[in-house]
Amino acid sequence: MTILEFSRGPMLHFALIVFVFGVLWRLVSVVLLGWRKSRAENRVSPGKAAVGGVVATGNRSWPHPEFLDRTAFGEAVGYGYHIGLFAIVLVGAPHVAFWKNLFGINAAWWPTIPSGIISVISVVTIFLMFIATVRRFMHPVLRRISNFDDWFTLAILYAVMVSGVMAVFGIGGRYELVLAAHIISFNVLLIWFPFGKLMHAFYIFPSRFITGYKHEKKGAAS
Amino acid sequence: MNTASEFVGQTNASDTNLPPSEREERAMQAFAQHFGAYTALNLESCIHCGICADACHFYIATEDPKYTPILKAEPFKQAYRRESGAMAPLFKMLGLKKKVTADQLAEWQELLFDSCNMCGRCSLICPMGIEVAEMIEVGRRGMADAGLAPKELGDRARLQAETGQPEETARPYADVLKDIAVQNGLEVALDKDRADVMVCLPRTDLDRNPESVAAMIKIMDRLGADYTFRSDALIAENYGYYAGSRGLQKRITKRITDTAKKIGASLVIVPECGHAYTALRWQAADILGEELPFRVRHITEYLGEMLADGRLKLNQVNGESYTFHDPCQLVRKGGVMDSPRLLMDAMGVDLREMRNKKAFSFCCGGGGGVNDLESARKLRHRAQELKLREIDHTGADRLMTTCSDCRVAFDDAGEHFKWNKKTESLIELVAANIKE
Repeated sequence: MTILEFSRGPMLHFALIVFVFGVLWRLVSVVLLGWRKSRAENRVSPGKAAVGGVVATGNRSWPHPEFLDRTAFGEAVGYGYHIGLFAIVLVGAPHVAFWKNLFGINAAWWPTIPSGIISVISVVTIFLMFIATVRRFMHPVLRRISNFDDWFTLAILYAVMVSGVMAVFGIGGRYELVLAAHIISFNVLLIWFPFGKLMHAFYIFPSRFITGYKHEKKGAAS
Repeated sequence: MNTASEFVGQTNASDTNLPPSEREERAMQAFAQHFGAYTALNLESCIHCGICADACHFYIATEDPKYTPILKAEPFKQAYRRESGAMAPLFKMLGLKKKVTADQLAEWQELLFDSCNMCGRCSLICPMGIEVAEMIEVGRRGMADAGLAPKELGDRARLQAETGQPEETARPYADVLKDIAVQNGLEVALDKDRADVMVCLPRTDLDRNPESVAAMIKIMDRLGADYTFRSDALIAENYGYYAGSRGLQKRITKRITDTAKKIGASLVIVPECGHAYTALRWQAADILGEELPFRVRHITEYLGEMLADGRLKLNQVNGESYTFHDPCQLVRKGGVMDSPRLLMDAMGVDLREMRNKKAFSFCCGGGGGVNDLESARKLRHRAQELKLREIDHTGADRLMTTCSDCRVAFDDAGEHFKWNKKTESLIELVAANIKE
């Protein structure tokens, strides 16, 4: 078995198992702690509060104007590289082929964007990640609150992104090895996913929703 | 089994004699009471983006990263990760999350009390929707149960739980209330056995702003309400909430709710006091574990309802312009968004809004018991400078609010900075302009 076969065979399967069960455990372990009943008289019905929750889930992606003068740069960089990552993973042709193969589906409707554009997005995304990393080093608040999880997660993301770009541009040695490095780093990311901050990809929706729901019940802004 | 809140309810939220191991155990028990799904979501979701610092007046004023709001919740977060999080067994086994120590708790005292008003502005900025302020509040609860609440707050909370008054006074507050009524030629309804409406008062107004107390009496009288003040449940503030002691907060809350039930009140009016509103309107039912058989309304909400019913009619005021400070606990945490402006609008107040208004208003700097902490004064003034500048920037002649704690904070800052404004009360303005 070559290293490439290993990376997209047994290692990928192991990584997917850890990812799926790990994520499920992280989500279930939260729910198992139980929800507390609020006994205060609400201003609005639960239904209306739920609408507030849905609204908050969406509008927290758009910063309130009152904060923008202090946060615009950091948010632009953060959201910028997240959008780049989504584009690469979800509509980059090699990745779409990977997902289709993994799930065993044909999905002719699944759109892709030209590889030239994805290459540009990849380079821009790495650049934005680099700015985010420098900010984490330089900004006193970020430096103070950063921990192993933050740095390790960034390191894995760099490994995935840089090896992917190297594979696309044919640099760094034999294609099979670079591709294997790309897939291995992705597998590591899947394995790490349930243990660290990457879980925010799943927590973000219930977290925003419930806070929005609770605020709406009180008639408070969210 | 004694819960942490129960034994702290019996002892002291500021106790210098507790051995470190007991402090740690009590803090852990207090934290554990809050390990629920919502808390878990809040703590698990943090991505360490640090954006909450950009909402906090203490950080903005000082640029010191230790004032980052989510960092203030660190002991609670650490306890959760070690004891209750999804990976807790792993963290414990590998020693990756250390126990919260008494030294660490002591180190966090300043961050949780002196440099946090629990104003909730950080909760509005978080892109993950984390209720940061609530996590800090739980942090305070751990501190109080560990006997590490600041002495000023802990002592007052205990005294208020025992006597109904958070400080010893030469005369009981009920007598002060009667004096204020007499001096203003008003008749006050005090200690009626039955009444539809029970009204509370801020201690700070009884001490410092008798005109506001007179305004409350006048308003209730002019509206013809079947109301009463009660000497056994007069004070609205809840020092248990400030100190972080759930046990003491419960006892103080119960004094008000039991009295309201006893006299058959269908409505309890919270006066111009933000934290009293949060404690009674939003937390009382949960802390007591039962739904309240009466409504709780802030005085401006009550007046807003009266205005809408046509039972309150107001004269137009002319002259100088005002800017209005939105108290955090009313607006951001309480949802009392519109009624103050409805009242001002009805009086034709020339209102010059601040840039950060309503839910985004900067805190006065004194909330959350910070007004009471001498150790916090210097830092508080730095944070307040931001707010004073914003007020000046409106070009308004006068400053008005509807929270007695905010008035204390502004007046203290005003004195410190030799500022040219005194903080006025919306209720006083209403009382002076009721159409006969």
